[in-house]
Amino acid sequence: MTERDKILGRIREALTISAPPPGEHGPETHHLAGHPIQFAPRPAATNAREWLPKVGETFEDQVAQFRACSDDLKTEFIVAESLADLPKILGDLRDRERWKQAAAHRSDLTDAAVQALGLPTLTVDGGYDVRALERCDVGITTCDALVAQTGTLVVTSRSSGGRALSVLPPHHLVIARRDQLVADLPAAFELIQQRYGADYPSMISLVTGPSRTGDIERILVLGAHGPKKLTVVMI
Amino acid sequence: MTTEVQEFKTQATKVVGDLRHRKLIQTALGKYEVARDKRKGAFQSWSEARQVAAETKWDAINHLDEHLVSFADKLEARGTKVHWATTAAQARDIILGIIQAKNAKCIIKSKAMTAEEIHLNAAMEKAGFEVVESDLGEYIVQLRQEPPYHIVFPAMHLTRHDISDLFEKHLGSAKTDSPEELTMIARRALREKYITADVGITGANFAIAETGMVSITENEGNARLTSALPKTMISLLGIEKVLPRMADLALFLPMLATAGAGQPLTCYNTLYGGPRQPGESDGPEEYHVVLLDNRRTELLADPEQRDALHCIRCGACLNVCPIFKNVGGHTYGTTYSGPIGSVITPHLRGLQNWKHLSYSSSLCGACTEACPVKINLHHHLLQNRRNSVQKEADPQEKLIFKLFAWAMNSPGLYGAGKSVARWFGPLHRLVMGTFLDPAKAWTKTRDLPPIAETTFKEYWKNRQ
Repeated sequence: MTERDKILGRIREALTISAPPPGEHGPETHHLAGHPIQFAPRPAATNAREWLPKVGETFEDQVAQFRACSDDLKTEFIVAESLADLPKILGDLRDRERWKQAAAHRSDLTDAAVQALGLPTLTVDGGYDVRALERCDVGITTCDALVAQTGTLVVTSRSSGGRALSVLPPHHLVIARRDQLVADLPAAFELIQQRYGADYPSMISLVTGPSRTGDIERILVLGAHGPKKLTVVMI
Repeated sequence: MTTEVQEFKTQATKVVGDLRHRKLIQTALGKYEVARDKRKGAFQSWSEARQVAAETKWDAINHLDEHLVSFADKLEARGTKVHWATTAAQARDIILGIIQAKNAKCIIKSKAMTAEEIHLNAAMEKAGFEVVESDLGEYIVQLRQEPPYHIVFPAMHLTRHDISDLFEKHLGSAKTDSPEELTMIARRALREKYITADVGITGANFAIAETGMVSITENEGNARLTSALPKTMISLLGIEKVLPRMADLALFLPMLATAGAGQPLTCYNTLYGGPRQPGESDGPEEYHVVLLDNRRTELLADPEQRDALHCIRCGACLNVCPIFKNVGGHTYGTTYSGPIGSVITPHLRGLQNWKHLSYSSSLCGACTEACPVKINLHHHLLQNRRNSVQKEADPQEKLIFKLFAWAMNSPGLYGAGKSVARWFGPLHRLVMGTFLDPAKAWTKTRDLPPIAETTFKEYWKNRQ
């Protein structure tokens, strides 16, 4: 008998006696073996939207909410009219932050950003030198979605250049399209499941603001281990 | 008295009188409460969300066998090795086996309370490995050779000055009173470790049965790096971590962030579904998931307290507990402190040695009220007390209650006792609190009201 069988055996034996439904602690009537209680738990997945913080319905409302969350989180959020605006926006960023070396993965949006920046760029697709990536000033990625409700971006190991590109360099620059903005977290999970089905990437990360810690006297410090700065450019 | 009780009493007495400690905890938790209430207010219905979260966890725990099988099978189908450990020793051996087979030297770890539970660091260090905690708070307490003070805020009991002195001593950094500079010192020290470590070890917040994924919640990015750079990744998690569906996270992630730290959402919530897949540019070549029982199935077998396995380790019950705030996290002497620790430790480590934790409670119910998955915490403390007496009553206590019952049942004896008490009352006041006082343990911290001049019986007689 394997350890798996032993543990599952103990679990099945324990579960022959039913537990009272949550939130109830009346007389101990449920504890009779062989008398499973009739209780249909409601799954959090089905109606989470009803209880979570409210999100505006129009695109403008949702952009405004994403901006408000970004301000709270200290994410820099820039809306660009079109790809043609990228050279100006990214050029200003590059000069302000004094970027010398960038890293990116290949995609339409990131290629446009790399071209706009005009910096020496490490491409991570197919493998890369970790130390070289660590020396880069900025990691440029796309994302799967922006979530208005919480100011979150969804990155994956497939859509955002693997696991490290979005977290190792001190600045994470995300290029997104306006149709990637979704209202809330349930919509984000729906999108992930529709896009990938059973063939999902090995890492899916919901990123909400630049890296932070409050471990010293509960005082907020940005850039604990991940990026100190996060910039989202929505086209 | 067992040594655990003595240790608890000695530590508690010491910490309760420590004004510096009190001020630190009050400041930290005061900030937490303001932030948490603001975030709770943003929910359309926090109370309904709690009820549904509780029902979802009920489903997860009451069908644990099915969910675990699905979780493990889905992970294995995509190249992850899933290990099952009944005991802490088995889990340690499994992990040591993996890192030895990899010829590893340096291990980087992100925060994992289950690793504390099985004393993994000590075992790895004893076997000759260098182990580095990467969460800032955990890194600090590791340098101090201390267990974490709180399950979410490990270094909550320290000031920036304490940490500056610590870094000066161990890392040779210059003194500073800026939390930002201190954080950057740790960032620089740990960067090199992520790159050179051979194995990364993480805990987990949720195990998604539907898709076979491990979900990790963190603010710093240290778990992201721990699972990105080393060639081998290991996640250690208790079997109770399951959630049935991926989309359940849409509710659980914001609830965990709100209850745990007063945040709308924690900075990084990451799902791991296997090692590096074809076409991906990085990630570990091997991914191991270790599922730990360590007497959780015993708690599962107690339907009355089974909901203690719903716990998502947010720490909300610690943050509101008047006992935790006064005695502090280390006094408990357990991996899991605060109300949830007092409830589950007797199940994990034995009732008789740990029942005292269930008595160190005001039964105010603040913990039950704070719990995002509605664990019936303060009732469970009462049930632990009941169970401990039913199993093995203290003979002295038994005798006292017998005498008490006898006196209360015989009016003559009760009357006589009262008269004696009235005579002895003033005498007792003379010695109260001194070493001559036979009730010193009680009167040291409590006042005894004076006994009334006339009894109710006498009063009634005179009135008629």
